[in-house]
Amino acid sequence: MKITRREVEHVARLARLGLSEEEIERMRAQLDAILNYVDKLNELETRDVPPTSHAIPMTNVFREDAVRPCLSQEEALANAPDRAEAFFRVPRILEE
Amino acid sequence: MPLTGPRPSSAFPASLKNEFMELTALTIHELQERLRRREVTARQVLTAFLKRIAQVDGRIQAYMAVTGREALSQANRIDRLRRDGAQLGPLAGIPLAIKDVICTRGIPTTCSSKILEGFIPPYDATVMRCLYQAGAVPLGKTNMDEFAMGSSTENSGYKITHNPWDLERVPGGSSGGSAAATAADLCAGSLGSDTGGSIRQPAAFCGIVGLKPTYGRVSRYGLVAFASSLDQIGPMTKDVRDAAILMNVIAGHDPCDSTSVTLPVPDYSALLGREIGGVRIGIPDEYFIEGMDPEVQTGIRKAIEVLESLGAKAERISLPHTEYAVATYYLVATAEASSNLARYDGVKYGARARETGDLLSMYKQTRRTGFGAEVKRRIMLGTYALSAGYYDAYYLKALRVRTLIRKDFEEAFQRCEVILTPTAPTPAFRLGEKTDDPLTMYLSDIFTISANLAGIPGIALPCGFTRAGLPIGLQLLGKPFDEATLLQVAYAYEQATEWHRRTPPL
Repeated sequence: MKITRREVEHVARLARLGLSEEEIERMRAQLDAILNYVDKLNELETRDVPPTSHAIPMTNVFREDAVRPCLSQEEALANAPDRAEAFFRVPRILEE
Repeated sequence: MPLTGPRPSSAFPASLKNEFMELTALTIHELQERLRRREVTARQVLTAFLKRIAQVDGRIQAYMAVTGREALSQANRIDRLRRDGAQLGPLAGIPLAIKDVICTRGIPTTCSSKILEGFIPPYDATVMRCLYQAGAVPLGKTNMDEFAMGSSTENSGYKITHNPWDLERVPGGSSGGSAAATAADLCAGSLGSDTGGSIRQPAAFCGIVGLKPTYGRVSRYGLVAFASSLDQIGPMTKDVRDAAILMNVIAGHDPCDSTSVTLPVPDYSALLGREIGGVRIGIPDEYFIEGMDPEVQTGIRKAIEVLESLGAKAERISLPHTEYAVATYYLVATAEASSNLARYDGVKYGARARETGDLLSMYKQTRRTGFGAEVKRRIMLGTYALSAGYYDAYYLKALRVRTLIRKDFEEAFQRCEVILTPTAPTPAFRLGEKTDDPLTMYLSDIFTISANLAGIPGIALPCGFTRAGLPIGLQLLGKPFDEATLLQVAYAYEQATEWHRRTPPL
């Protein structure tokens, strides 16, 4: 077994993903099968192989720090599921 | 399955034929001609497509939303400009379908996910600006696997799309809606996105042309991110010339996407029609595997013969790390996805779960109810692969193997200009056939994934049909930023065959 139920619960917490009891077990079995499959990468010796994060060479891109048009406050808030005046409203995060 | 013949005459019984229906069967370049010669107006073309969508899309379910009103005002604008003698762009009056992963200002964009229900982008993706500037008439947004995660479009949070060649089969995915809409003449052409084969595999399943450009060739600004180092937008069209036409419009540097390159954009139509004598085509041993459908194998072998008869030189090559591509992909893509999809938190946009307690449980509930099973699975796998204690063993390991896969191609391209493979190991499979087994579903991308890991361009095009009447797709892979040669070879093959003229028996 590559992954335990506890680990699934831990990863779900990291990912901020709510899972039902049933989902946890199904997820564990499916992740287990996938992790067993990806284990085939260990057939390859890669100690001296550099990692590729992008297939083409990437360089940092700079631009002038100039003021440019951007979304208005109203446009930026237009899709909010909940708002109060000029703010996104979220459940309370501080104790009273 | 009834026999099918050349487009457009076979698409309808003679009694039902009318000029509107014929318009929908035309390619982009054929429509361009008619519009330019003022034989039809943009409004007439649009009306023909809206009519056909109303008649046919109930059976296909390719569209998430049809934006008839917006399209009509754009078509009218084009007609007015043409009457005034204004200079018009190359796509003036051409109705196109847009995968619902591309942001469209003022038009809902859902990625076929419940978590983006009701989201109306406040801006256009750069490719949309390119299309509008060229005069295109966007017709609507197409169905897809949720967040482009899937190979059958069955992972859509909203509906199932049917393959126009056999309604009991999948259109492929994740750009299944765009592929089906193009194949069923519900648009003149479309845009899809490709992270592991999501343009090419559905193009193959639906018998159309699909091009994934080199990473960096087309701006990703406004493309909702799945795996940022792999995603590319590309054209899905009825023939190769149309793919070149759309590439001419969407390719190029964009200051809004720092991974888009500043290389000059060639005229992709320029090499079409050029002889391919002497072009070296590599045939990788590793792509002719056990488990491949024998009819697919035959179709590909025959395509090689056609290309050889045109003067190309086929040569056996080896891409030794091919068998590790799927495992590498499912670690790299899920790791990037888990990070990209962290933004769906029920705060700034999209849906928020109703009953929530504190902030943390609001996040959890929102993501639990908003994401479908495949998206959750990938977020979990990616989070796991990036988590403390597993990062080196999984994510970093995959990045190292990615280097080996990229090097395979670099070496192969010293011996050939183009690599030829099947697009998928089988023709379109049945609806529901693979939904219970994620790993089997993943393996249907086995021939397309490497191109994304290596960043190279790939094109899928029809190269035959099975006895049951299902399309078979050829894939050509090219050197980085050499889409022009891919299009040249694809065009030569297409012009020597008739497959692209067939239409589904709808």
